[in-house]
Amino acid sequence: MKTTLIGAAAVAAVALAGPAMAQGKSVKIGFVSTFSGPTAVIGSDMRNSFELALDHLGRKMGGLPVEVIYEDDQQKPEVGKQKSEKLVQSDKVDFVVGYIWSNVLLASLKPVIDSQTFLISANAGPSQIAGELCSPFFFSTSWQNDQTPQAVGEYMNQKGVKSVYLIGPNYAAGKDMLAGVRSTYKGNIIGEDLTKWPDQLDFSAELTKVKAAKPDAVFVFYPGASGVQFLTQYAQAGLKGQIPLYTAFTIDAITLKLQKDLALGVPGAQHWVNDLPNQANKRYVADFRSKFGNYPTFYGAQSYDAANLINSAVVAVKGDLSKKDEMRAEMRKANYASVRGPYKYGNNHFPIQNFYLQEVVKDAEGNLTLKTVATIVKDSQDKHHDKCPMKW
Amino acid sequence: MLLVLEQCLNGLQLGLLLFLLAAGLTLVFGIMDLVNLAHGSLYMIGAYFAATFTALTGSFLAGALLALGATLLVGMSVEVVALRRLYGRDHLDHVLGTFGLILFFNELVRLIWGPAGLTVPLPDWLNTAVPVMPGLLYPTYRIAIIAMSLLVALLLYLLVMRTRLGMLIRAGASNREMVGALGVNIQLLYTLVFGLGAALAGLAGLMQAPILTVAIGMGENILILAFVVIIIGGIGSIRGAFIASILVGLADTLGRGFLPELFKLVVSPAAAAAAAPALSSMLIYLIMAAVLVLRPEGLFPAANR
Repeated sequence: MKTTLIGAAAVAAVALAGPAMAQGKSVKIGFVSTFSGPTAVIGSDMRNSFELALDHLGRKMGGLPVEVIYEDDQQKPEVGKQKSEKLVQSDKVDFVVGYIWSNVLLASLKPVIDSQTFLISANAGPSQIAGELCSPFFFSTSWQNDQTPQAVGEYMNQKGVKSVYLIGPNYAAGKDMLAGVRSTYKGNIIGEDLTKWPDQLDFSAELTKVKAAKPDAVFVFYPGASGVQFLTQYAQAGLKGQIPLYTAFTIDAITLKLQKDLALGVPGAQHWVNDLPNQANKRYVADFRSKFGNYPTFYGAQSYDAANLINSAVVAVKGDLSKKDEMRAEMRKANYASVRGPYKYGNNHFPIQNFYLQEVVKDAEGNLTLKTVATIVKDSQDKHHDKCPMKW
Repeated sequence: MLLVLEQCLNGLQLGLLLFLLAAGLTLVFGIMDLVNLAHGSLYMIGAYFAATFTALTGSFLAGALLALGATLLVGMSVEVVALRRLYGRDHLDHVLGTFGLILFFNELVRLIWGPAGLTVPLPDWLNTAVPVMPGLLYPTYRIAIIAMSLLVALLLYLLVMRTRLGMLIRAGASNREMVGALGVNIQLLYTLVFGLGAALAGLAGLMQAPILTVAIGMGENILILAFVVIIIGGIGSIRGAFIASILVGLADTLGRGFLPELFKLVVSPAAAAAAAPALSSMLIYLIMAAVLVLRPEGLFPAANR
């Protein structure tokens, strides 16, 4: 008697819960980034920016509440792949966002795309995904890896740099960066070094080669903590005043706090600098500073944009997340207020955008920050879009 | 010519730094028969203490001395609290236990100092370059590291060969039961030896701190190199560790420096660009594999092993 009563109650509960679950829908977003180890600060900056964007949106998209599941890829491709699979297969998220590292993104791409879930990259932009591996379910709110160093190459042409030595880490993004400089720079590339990533942190052998080669300038790509180490050792080797340094992604708001005066006078190219004068950016930077105490980085700006891109898609389909083609059509318009200003998407879903020259200055309060000095190139598109078969 | 010399200096500096780590590691393995994976964590702790004490006292030298003492204390307390339980057990138990210590120290550092890294600024008199030879400007600080490491190596030699403690250490490496039976306080000896190893690791960490950033997990990469060194040199032998560490340091640096150019002479530039970085990073492990095949006990094995 008692068991049948409990059984009947259970059945009734399930029956009542059924239709309630169908109504209590939310937008489920999986966020894969690095939250442990030395590069955890980047993941934390991305998470803070994403959360700030959701707060600005009132934590709702198209009337539906937003649920975010953060997963740590530990900077390892196999862990990133595992976490991405978990997000699409057991958590059944509607969007996957994030990915700092190109090698992690390349490993995680297939499981997400195969499950027909949208993957928004808020940082990594490997050339393969801009070309043959392009997918209708992939969007980038950052850049394609080659674009930024292409801008640096252009800038070096403008400055009349005759010879350059290239140094970068030996993984997907490092190779893309050096290839990007090679594609636009018209001078003489007298040397190139790819260092072991992420282990090798002592660049004495490479810096010795630079001193022997005597180039007009040195180009480096060393993201995160390795950028701090490179600038420190560059100064210690006596090269700082001697050979000018041109960078991509080596100086950002996080590493600047550790690099301090070593970064003064070192130019870099970026698609977004925190003093860009549009409304969305002013609000983002001001609120980020008052909430978290420091300037946001480009990693954070890209994550902020990813939240708004997703919102534009959800609003366009009025919360019906099964209408994937309509969501894609809306995202292709890049119809939202991006903190970099308005931009368009190329056929491979990578942005066609301006690149600015950033320099390190001291702000009104005496803190070191980055400033836009000039526009190097307008509406630059990556050079791999021809290899992408998508047309729309 | 000057390029080769400068790369040799770089290799020597890397090698001597590895020696400081490997010496501690091989002492602990040789005398206490303990595989200590947490050695890299002591290296990291030394660097973090150096950063904090330099910021507090404003002087790099004072900060370094305080950090050395602090790491010595941490090492000895780790030995008393955690490692005593591992003596006499299987090496795999040591690996598991000390791996747990690595995780513990990483989290502890994150809780105390936060996830972002720290930097240690160098005083101006060290932040210059001196002409070692006409035409060869080398950073003063790296020369200081070479000088300091050679001094420590000499002191270690004097300690092990000419003092009573050194005699006990050598005796303990040969036959620890006998030493205990002869009435020597073997527990105190072990604590002191571990403390010595910890101090050496901390010294390596605090010397490297101004060149690299002080970050969580910084000890793990260099620990692997230290293990390669003691395998090549022979476990338990400090002389082996010295020779092997210089060999590894030179091989790694000269490999990174010249292998890409040598490759370009033999194969096409495209193949060289693809293969050279990979091969230069593999060079040390190839040497280790060769030593394991040809002379598995190491190049200079300790006696009675």
